[in-house]
Amino acid sequence: MTGIESATGGFGSGGNALGRDNYLNHERGIKSWLLTRDHKRIGVMYLVVILSSFFLGGIFAELIRTKLLTPGNSALMKADTYNQMFTLHGAIMIFLFVIPGIPASLGNFVLPLMLGAKDVAFPRLNLASFYLWVGGATLALVSMVTGAVDTGWTFYTPYSTTTNTNVILMVAGVFVLGFSSIFTGLNFVVTIHKLRPAGMTWFRMPLFLWGIYGTAIIQIMATPVLGITLLLLIAERALGIGIFDPALGGDPVLFQHFFWFYSHPAVYIMILPAMGVISELVSVFSRKHIFGYTFIAMSSIAIAVLSFLVWGHHMFVAGQSTLSSMIFSFLTFMVAIPSAVKVFNWLATMYKGSIWLATPMLYVLSFLFLFGIGGLTGLFLGALAVDVHLHDTYFVVAHFHYVMFGGTVIAFLGGLHYWWPKMFGRMYSEFWGRIGALLVFVGFNTTFFTQFVMGSHGAPRRSYHYQPQFEAYHRLSTIGAYILGVGFVVIAVYLIHSLLRGRPAPANPWGGATLEWQASSPPPHDNFASTPAVGDPYDVEAWTWDGAVGGFVRRTPAEQPAGS
Amino acid sequence: MNLGRDVVGRLFNWAGVQAAGGFWMPEQGSTTAVAVDHIFSLVLWVSVFFFVLIVTLMVVFVVRYRRRPGRLEAEPSPTHNTPLEITWTVIPIAITIGIFVWGFKVYLDVNTPPANAYEVMVTGQKWKWLFTYPNGHVDENLHVPVDTPIRLVMTSEDVIHGFYVPAFRLKRDVVPGRYVKVWFSALEPGEYQIYCTQYCGTGHSDMWAKVVVHRPGGFERWLEQASNFMKTMPPAKAGEMLYRTRGCAQCHTVDGSGGTGPTWKGLFASHVPIEGGRVMVADEDYIRTCILDPTKNVPVGFQPVMPTFKGRLKDDEITAIIEYIKTLK
Amino acid sequence: MAAGTTGEGTVAGARTHRVAHHFDNAEQQFESGKLGMWIFLATEILLFGGLFCAYAVYRSNHPEVFIYAHRFLDKTLGAINTAVLICSSFTMALAVRAAQLGRRRQLVGLLGATVALAACFLGIKGLEYEKKWKEGLLWGAHFHAKLAPAPPALPQTLPPVPAAAGEERSLIPPAAIGPAGLARPGQPAVAEGPEGPPHDVQVFFAVYFLMTGLHGVHVIIGMALLSWMMVRAGRGEFSPGYLTPVDLTGLYWHLVDLIWIFLFPLLYLIR
Repeated sequence: MTGIESATGGFGSGGNALGRDNYLNHERGIKSWLLTRDHKRIGVMYLVVILSSFFLGGIFAELIRTKLLTPGNSALMKADTYNQMFTLHGAIMIFLFVIPGIPASLGNFVLPLMLGAKDVAFPRLNLASFYLWVGGATLALVSMVTGAVDTGWTFYTPYSTTTNTNVILMVAGVFVLGFSSIFTGLNFVVTIHKLRPAGMTWFRMPLFLWGIYGTAIIQIMATPVLGITLLLLIAERALGIGIFDPALGGDPVLFQHFFWFYSHPAVYIMILPAMGVISELVSVFSRKHIFGYTFIAMSSIAIAVLSFLVWGHHMFVAGQSTLSSMIFSFLTFMVAIPSAVKVFNWLATMYKGSIWLATPMLYVLSFLFLFGIGGLTGLFLGALAVDVHLHDTYFVVAHFHYVMFGGTVIAFLGGLHYWWPKMFGRMYSEFWGRIGALLVFVGFNTTFFTQFVMGSHGAPRRSYHYQPQFEAYHRLSTIGAYILGVGFVVIAVYLIHSLLRGRPAPANPWGGATLEWQASSPPPHDNFASTPAVGDPYDVEAWTWDGAVGGFVRRTPAEQPAGS
Repeated sequence: MNLGRDVVGRLFNWAGVQAAGGFWMPEQGSTTAVAVDHIFSLVLWVSVFFFVLIVTLMVVFVVRYRRRPGRLEAEPSPTHNTPLEITWTVIPIAITIGIFVWGFKVYLDVNTPPANAYEVMVTGQKWKWLFTYPNGHVDENLHVPVDTPIRLVMTSEDVIHGFYVPAFRLKRDVVPGRYVKVWFSALEPGEYQIYCTQYCGTGHSDMWAKVVVHRPGGFERWLEQASNFMKTMPPAKAGEMLYRTRGCAQCHTVDGSGGTGPTWKGLFASHVPIEGGRVMVADEDYIRTCILDPTKNVPVGFQPVMPTFKGRLKDDEITAIIEYIKTLK
Repeated sequence: MAAGTTGEGTVAGARTHRVAHHFDNAEQQFESGKLGMWIFLATEILLFGGLFCAYAVYRSNHPEVFIYAHRFLDKTLGAINTAVLICSSFTMALAVRAAQLGRRRQLVGLLGATVALAACFLGIKGLEYEKKWKEGLLWGAHFHAKLAPAPPALPQTLPPVPAAAGEERSLIPPAAIGPAGLARPGQPAVAEGPEGPPHDVQVFFAVYFLMTGLHGVHVIIGMALLSWMMVRAGRGEFSPGYLTPVDLTGLYWHLVDLIWIFLFPLLYLIR
């Protein structure tokens, strides 16, 4: 027992609380979960439903890829079914998985802990957000059964106002999901503003919280515009309001402006928390203070602000004026800068560190590789003349997946592996963890890199039939998708196995210096027995491995290495 | 200045083609394609440089600084370095502004047609393209002369479509209720693929057509011959051509399935119940009346929504359509 | 767990009221609630912001339609409604004041007055809607009014339709397959002549019904909230130390009022 443990609440051996009172066993029974206001339990419930949606969206993806093995008609599905499949894949992955993904599951669990608070500002609203998510998801599922939409996840008018699938129900579902997102964002902003304990100044906040804060701002500012857009779409379909109908004096392209005014910032809703996760992980697993804290924090805010000004780059070929295209192109290049700054800062953090290649760090390296490609291919799409060629081809599909999957999902997996011991008090198999990370990396690149090549050769996306010249690329891509699928099955199996048989986790298995590692694993109902002492969140060198505990413990002042 | 830019452009293009060997872009079919590929190559090499830089640093750091016995602690190093961070903020800004300016310049060229361009009207509909030439001829493929600026005036009849010719690096959304204009000038005679890139429903991925680029003189010959299809084709064939290109196919099917109007399959000589209780025989006279005065004899179960084709179809064209309907047993 | 630290550092002279376990004190809780409400109001403004943008786009696309069609709205009823809502904001402000002073009966009465004024607003709005319905002055596909030619008194300085001016003329005569748009079977054509009403008058009514309709929904939500506050005030739940719900409902109600203050001139008083 080191002295520090008694100072932070006196946990038992290694700070594992599985046998004692923790948030998982504080109350028992289904009802205690369904009606909980504990941010940790809500985070875990989000994790369950969000990963289920990811699984469902993934099945659609595998079916789509299987159809695309051959260029012509397929016995697997007809063109209409294919159109519904890619719409559902997109809508489920975007609205049910990636947008709420990191903030609602990892964010909910970690945010108050990192901040040193007992809960989010409005626990009841937090639970309401969860049930709004469930309600929205239910509407979306019902629409799937009663006439799955075939509009693409972007719901472009006038196609969406004239197709005979169940657009209203799906759109209503997304509308409700939007409210869930708004309330989560509102909750987080108020929590960060008002519930910081003494000593937790803005610039002592972990960078994950800066990422979540930037995300929350976008959620609050952009989602209402999606709300009104979807209401207009519903009014157009149900009442024939004529606002997007050229025959009635409406303008179908206005919908695209409205939609992208939300959906472009939404891309940053997805990526900002991911960048926050990477900032945490890269410091902890390099055993070194993060490099350039202020630049990383400020670049999150810069991204949040600039993200509102670039929606028009989705419409370079839709017929907006040359002047607007010019402005949007310029701003698009500017929004790339903060991301580049972050990448350089993360690399500098690794410099002269002690790089520990544990599973979460493998995801960080994957992220740098994949997000590097995703970000750089954005330059092609930002350059007006080149975008004209690449727009609406597989190049865009690949770019989008490199950013959303290579960025957000990889960071989500990294964060999940990083906080898993804290959430459930057990370690997963490190060996299988690395295998899983490798499979995902290889499978992902095989699937989507081929799509860059296919796209630059002019293969249009959302195509059931394609030219025979693209068959080889499609085959390779599908093989990649299968490898990816196997990777996810491996991950699911060892994570579930760890819940039952995993080695009990210490309070601080990775040597993180943020506050959540001062709580036991899993944390008690009230997070901290006493308000934890707030220090530098990246002072990871103050923590050292202790074989007796099986985790990291804080050095006593005498052990501090000179110069840090 | 111009020369310098030209040399740099050529260099990039050469490097792009050499290194990739056509790995990335399709053939260059238009003047625009050449200009676009220059920028593509520039961005490609900038991206490759930064990507290699990032991955190399990453790999070198992992190898040199990986955690191992004797290296359980990080070496002391600064936690920030403002001049360095400003440097790696400013350099990317400068590079991206460069890419932006060049990309915008080419975009302007692509969007400014020369004054003497030859005009073809393009109509997108579910799920095909129709091309109307200045003499009124309508065709399902786009025929153009080589080395001539062509201006396309495009609109859609239903939902938004996307007109895309990869070899020309040409793409534009085709929006109902407005006319959008693009132009190109083809470099080599040959056939090039046209796609629809804006998702438009069941047949979206079948909405293919060809650009046929003719040698000098060939286009005029083709247009004359194609416009005279009424004289050169048998009437039933000509009628089928009219069916496909003059808007009949929008509402009338030829395979017996439903539509806004009655199907043409088995229509000829059948007994048609008319609104008001009459029954008429669908003979030549009946069909002709339906084309010229559609609201006079509306079949039971259909709305009187067909526009008149008086003045839009000539007598011999109507005859050809009737001949075509006769073949649909 | 009742591990909340209650009692310390509350607002001076106030009775402590149920501080949730994760807050340090009542002041922090109140401040959080207030910030949350302001953020929520910001999202409401953005929700309407979308409609204001749509208004701006369609007004600049069809300026003649807006100038022509706004005459069909009843300025008198609109003005009365504006006054009614301003009064209701005033009674709401007085209600918050009454809550701060702990005057329970006064609070209930003033909340009741606010609800009554809101109901009055909706009643007048209903009269206007009914008139439009009867005259067929509806949105999009349902517009079927027989419009009289614009009276000569109307100023003749209408700006030109932007699409026609300066547009390059195509050399090609329109083909038989020109753009038909998404015409629906049986859709009534709006009569058009040299002095007839402008094209696409229904656009104005689409915007009018969308904006006032969404505002009306907010008024109804506000009435529900106010009634709930009345019930709680009647039970004596509020005190000078705890009036956050009344305060927040007040903020919401002022926003609903404010949005109408923008809608009225934009729709009724176009010049």
